[in-house]
Amino acid sequence: MSARAEPTIEIARRGFARHGLSWIDTLPFIFAVLVYLFGGRYLPLGTQVMIQIAFALSLDLALGYGGIDSLGHVAFFGMGAYTAGLFAMHVSTQPLVGLVVAAAAGAFTGLVTGVLVLRTRGLTLVMLTLAVATMLQQLANAAAMKPVTGGADGLFGFEIAPLFGVFSFDLAGHTAYWYALGVVAFVFFTCKVVVNSPFGLAIRGIRENPVRMRMLGVNVTTRLVTLYCISGALAAIAGGLSAQVTRLVGLDSLAFLLSGNALVMLILGGTGSLYGAIIGAILFVVLSDRAAAIDPFNWLFAIGFLLIFAVRFAPQGIVGLLTQWTARIERRRNGA
Amino acid sequence: MLKLVPTFAALLVDGVAYGMILFLMSIGLTITLGVMRIANLAHCGFAMIGGYTAFALVSSGRIGVFAAMPIAVVSTMALGAALERSVYRWVYTAGQLGQILMTLGLVFIFAASANLFFGSDLHALALPGWMSQNWSWGAVSISPYRAFIIVISIVLAAICWSILEFTDFGARLRAAVDNPRMARCVGIDVPWVFSITFSVGCGLAAAAGALGTQIMPLEPWYALEYLVPLLMVVAVGGLGSLKGSFYAALTLGLIDTFGRYYIPAAGAFVIYLAVVALLLWRPQGVFARASA
Repeated sequence: MSARAEPTIEIARRGFARHGLSWIDTLPFIFAVLVYLFGGRYLPLGTQVMIQIAFALSLDLALGYGGIDSLGHVAFFGMGAYTAGLFAMHVSTQPLVGLVVAAAAGAFTGLVTGVLVLRTRGLTLVMLTLAVATMLQQLANAAAMKPVTGGADGLFGFEIAPLFGVFSFDLAGHTAYWYALGVVAFVFFTCKVVVNSPFGLAIRGIRENPVRMRMLGVNVTTRLVTLYCISGALAAIAGGLSAQVTRLVGLDSLAFLLSGNALVMLILGGTGSLYGAIIGAILFVVLSDRAAAIDPFNWLFAIGFLLIFAVRFAPQGIVGLLTQWTARIERRRNGA
Repeated sequence: MLKLVPTFAALLVDGVAYGMILFLMSIGLTITLGVMRIANLAHCGFAMIGGYTAFALVSSGRIGVFAAMPIAVVSTMALGAALERSVYRWVYTAGQLGQILMTLGLVFIFAASANLFFGSDLHALALPGWMSQNWSWGAVSISPYRAFIIVISIVLAAICWSILEFTDFGARLRAAVDNPRMARCVGIDVPWVFSITFSVGCGLAAAAGALGTQIMPLEPWYALEYLVPLLMVVAVGGLGSLKGSFYAALTLGLIDTFGRYYIPAAGAFVIYLAVVALLLWRPQGVFARASA
């Protein structure tokens, strides 16, 4: 039989498979719909989870795939949040336009800082990412910037126009939930397409062995800066989403703690698989929401011990454990 | 002109005192990085532990400030040695990311412990009376507390330097910093040298933490708050270089103090801009040797 007689669904499957997409990828979205249908009370929490998923995905792109150990990814998040907030205040209240502008700001930050930071390696790189994020926070906090960023008070009192001009952002958070879900879907599929493209393969090669990739004729720095820009744009989208949904931008959207939390999510879920970012973000945000309601500071003990034991006993995270288990089951089935 | 000199002198003393505190803290960190290539984000936590221990001893009322500080230093050294022997061992072979995450976990535990025992208020060691009154000569007045910090730091730094330069142990350590593999090959017990150094580094950080409470007040997030300046000192100074750290700490301390005073609108922004610029100019550290 020729290819023409192939069923359409088969052609579609192969098309999606080229971007590494399979039926499994719909599970998180089915889960999100189920949460909407049965967990109406938890919509704001669900929206927070999705913001963090988008942020963790963007970090996974840089750290898990590109091997850029960034401690300052919050710089992009905060840049996006402030851009979206300022845009809504002074230019236009259209949410989607705001996100696009935030993404552009994130990509621009990624370009400027990436060109400078990615020339270095190892601890200097870690240090510089941290210094850039702290620098931005101090800039937002500086007295000279107070009229623009609002200093310690942050940005507030801006409105966001209804989505597509129809769905206004309600107090219960129905619109925000679907809006965030749409944005996360966009971020996820962008990541999928990027990591499964030839560019994504080159990036993974650079993570494994930058010297060899350079010998193969790959312009390592350009690839890394490009990746940093994409990752920065996605993180800025997460930040912009957070600003639009909460209608509040504070200095904490540039605080190191957000970078730290995203790292915890990634190590919990597992780096370099994208699914790890999703699982980790869901677990982390839901757990810390429950724990914060009970006792915020003692929750830190839990995160601390979790990090240490995760590094010791499960460096590949939950996704790594799952892969190990399935591999073991597979082997037993084949061997016996 | 007449007003300029006293202000300048006061700022100079402030800046040098801040720089020396940073230097004392950075000694342990730079050697950790130089010898074992461990990204120890929790190092500043040992300064915090030293500070809180001294604070707890002094506020219990039975011990004076000067007796509390050595006790704080020794107990922090013991804790540092214990942690090095246990959890740090786990990540020596792990990648940089594993080390970052593990030590970040320690920072969280330190912060949670500090909050559990001391609450979220700012704390500082109470100074003896003679330290809180400024010495003045005409228009120039100098804080005896800051002068005391500078003197103690110089003494400690001189002791470190002489141990490093003139003792057998110092020679082993220098060999381990320069080339850990080669040092192992000629029969130096590098892990043992490192354990001792790690513990001493924790002690120096504790001394700095206890000394500097009036400049850097104790709070649960202390370990994270001062981590960034500390890392900046180490990175600018060049990993594993004591001399580099010394110059870097003084330079950054002075830039920060003068920057905040003369350009208040920019606040702490000045120091970060300076560091990013310095590191971009010399990624291996401004004061690093060419080979390092």
